[in-house]
Amino acid sequence: MVFQRKHILGLEDLTAEEISLILDTAESMKEVSLRDVKKVPALKGVTVVNLFFEPSTRTRSSFEIAEKRLSADVLNFTPTQSSVVKGETLLDTARNLEAMGATVIVIRHSMSGAPWLLARELDSSIINAGDGSHEHPSQALLDLFTVREVKREIQGLKVVIVGDILHSRVARSNIWGFIKLGAEVRLVGPPTMMPQDVEKMDVKVYYNLEETLKGADVVIMLRIQMERQGSGLFPSLREYSRFYGLTRERLKLAKEDVMLMHPGPINRGVELSSEVADDVHSVILDQVSNGISVRMAMLYLVASGGGNA
Amino acid sequence: MKILIKEGHIIDPSEKLNKVGNILIEDGKVKSYPSDTKKLEKGPTIEVIDAQGMVVAPGFIDMHVHLREPGFEHKETIRTGCEAAAAGGFTSVVCMPNTNPVNDNASVTEYILLKARTEGIVNVFPIGAITKGEKGEILAEIGEMWEAGCVGISDDGCPVMNSRVMRHAMEYVKAFGIPVISHAEDIDLSGHGVMNEGFTSTVLGLRGIPNASEEVMVARDITLVELTAAHLHIAHVSTAGAVRLIRDAKKRGVRVTGEATPHHFTLTDRAILNYDTNAKVNPPIRSQKDVDAIREGLKDGTIDVIATDHAPHSEDEKKVEFDLAPFGISGLETALPLSLNLVKEGILTLPELIRKLTFNPAQIVRINRGTLRVGATADVVIFNPDKSITVDRNKFRSKGKNTPFHGWQLSGCVRYTIVGGKVVFSS
Ligand SMILES: [Zn+2]
Repeated sequence: MVFQRKHILGLEDLTAEEISLILDTAESMKEVSLRDVKKVPALKGVTVVNLFFEPSTRTRSSFEIAEKRLSADVLNFTPTQSSVVKGETLLDTARNLEAMGATVIVIRHSMSGAPWLLARELDSSIINAGDGSHEHPSQALLDLFTVREVKREIQGLKVVIVGDILHSRVARSNIWGFIKLGAEVRLVGPPTMMPQDVEKMDVKVYYNLEETLKGADVVIMLRIQMERQGSGLFPSLREYSRFYGLTRERLKLAKEDVMLMHPGPINRGVELSSEVADDVHSVILDQVSNGISVRMAMLYLVASGGGNA
Repeated sequence: MKILIKEGHIIDPSEKLNKVGNILIEDGKVKSYPSDTKKLEKGPTIEVIDAQGMVVAPGFIDMHVHLREPGFEHKETIRTGCEAAAAGGFTSVVCMPNTNPVNDNASVTEYILLKARTEGIVNVFPIGAITKGEKGEILAEIGEMWEAGCVGISDDGCPVMNSRVMRHAMEYVKAFGIPVISHAEDIDLSGHGVMNEGFTSTVLGLRGIPNASEEVMVARDITLVELTAAHLHIAHVSTAGAVRLIRDAKKRGVRVTGEATPHHFTLTDRAILNYDTNAKVNPPIRSQKDVDAIREGLKDGTIDVIATDHAPHSEDEKKVEFDLAPFGISGLETALPLSLNLVKEGILTLPELIRKLTFNPAQIVRINRGTLRVGATADVVIFNPDKSITVDRNKFRSKGKNTPFHGWQLSGCVRYTIVGGKVVFSS
């Protein structure tokens, strides 16, 4: 199968086959990363711009390393050092970058749908590195890749996503990805943080963490954003943590070989108890190298397929 | 100057007219319905319009438009807004007060009317603000605005959140016999919502505006109008619950009327699936269930009026992130063909549809229009209901090209728009 897409905007519009192709490609990329010379000429002569309107050192560096391993010319563009502060529109900014020769734009933006605007108006390939509360495809692909590596098969797994589903792009992308690959997805969190009609995504909705954890193969903990305090969605971090925080005790309800994931950075003592945070830390470190492989796969497929060949 | 409209299908709900015939217009008025036209046609100063196969109706009245002048002339002016209206078959528009400055005093009303007289090609009837600056706090000088020509009051765009202020507005306005038009929205429930709350907003990760945001305010305003015995008109009804509340209130004999827009009875929120900012509007386009309920409300008379909520914006303002784009759809030039779909689908008869575009809005804002009775001002629209058209926003007269209907195949084409006996648009 050949990857036909010009952009990767989200997992919602990818098929199961396309997702698997990205994961397979990431496996080959991982081999590259294990070599002494961690570089292939796949994107030689291609200019990739990392257009990050939200600070995210981890995602941006991961993309940057991926781009460099594929021999792309890399330009990092963050609004603080640009004319965005002077009131330039997103479209103007992106058009200027395109005029400088960018053919792939990796965009991170605080507003849902921003990558769609670029995909509609520009000629470049657009990779969504996280938009608002919408999607974060590279994070979900990384989670899928890591789970597939350990469990070998996604099909039939019981996956639990815990926390603020309403505002989480990681949750949405993971729901689409795991559902499409045949997993059973359960969501749990305070009812105020459960988006309307989310069951229509073919997931099961729970409000009780213990009940949800029973028999889980994978638990994805979402980060509680501190600025949500005072939003009226929950009374206090203390109470949140009491009902939805993960402790070793609670984790025992899941399968013995449960995989615990967290998109990081962790709020110790809030969504994870300190001891669980120590346990999960090693998984997070494992994920760093997988993240680079997955992002190499995304860049490679988009730049070599989708009319850019 | 005389105009003879020959052999058109005349539909005038105000006169219960529905027949093929001729209309003679003279000195700006409907002069007569001559059965023999041969002699007339030979007159030296008569323009003859052959209306065979076309519908001849009272000019449409859009009781909810934003003309943007003064203050936002880059979006629309009274001149361009009136041209768009004429192209859409509208001979009268009722314009909302959320200009800059807000139309909250007689001098702004006078300015709008002066501009309309000198530059507008259709009739313009302003709505005054309920409160100063549309801030929802202190009543605007409603009496003076009424004297200057305002035909209703509304804080459209900014709901009056304070129930006591709304109560006083309803009471006070009874002295002038004009309606209170409610933009029914609880802004706390809407939060920073940008689209309908439901599965689509969940998938898109956009903040939702729940149906309840509209419904709690419709319920409140109905309660207040029962207390005050004023006349309440609910603008742009968008939810099934709001339709039900108005229907129940009408059954109890409450003086409440309602309007729906073509986009609310045509589109569902799935139109936003690609983050199309041209479909971003307030109240938002909602679910199929709501669309069905609005159509039912139009059919059973719960919803009295079709109005466009014409809300033009510049291209640049809409080509931004969805959260940042302003709310609004440019509606004047697509209203007729979208409304004719209701006839095609058997929801309304053509006379019922025309009534909601003419006589009913005229009654609500109490203007002497919307009729072809002998002696009435000759505001007339002549249209071909069957001619197929493709919506092309680049051909809009309006400065606002912001339509989600670009490229749609529809039927219904305005051939002539006549205002006060003068042809102001023909195609
Ligand atoms: Zn409004």
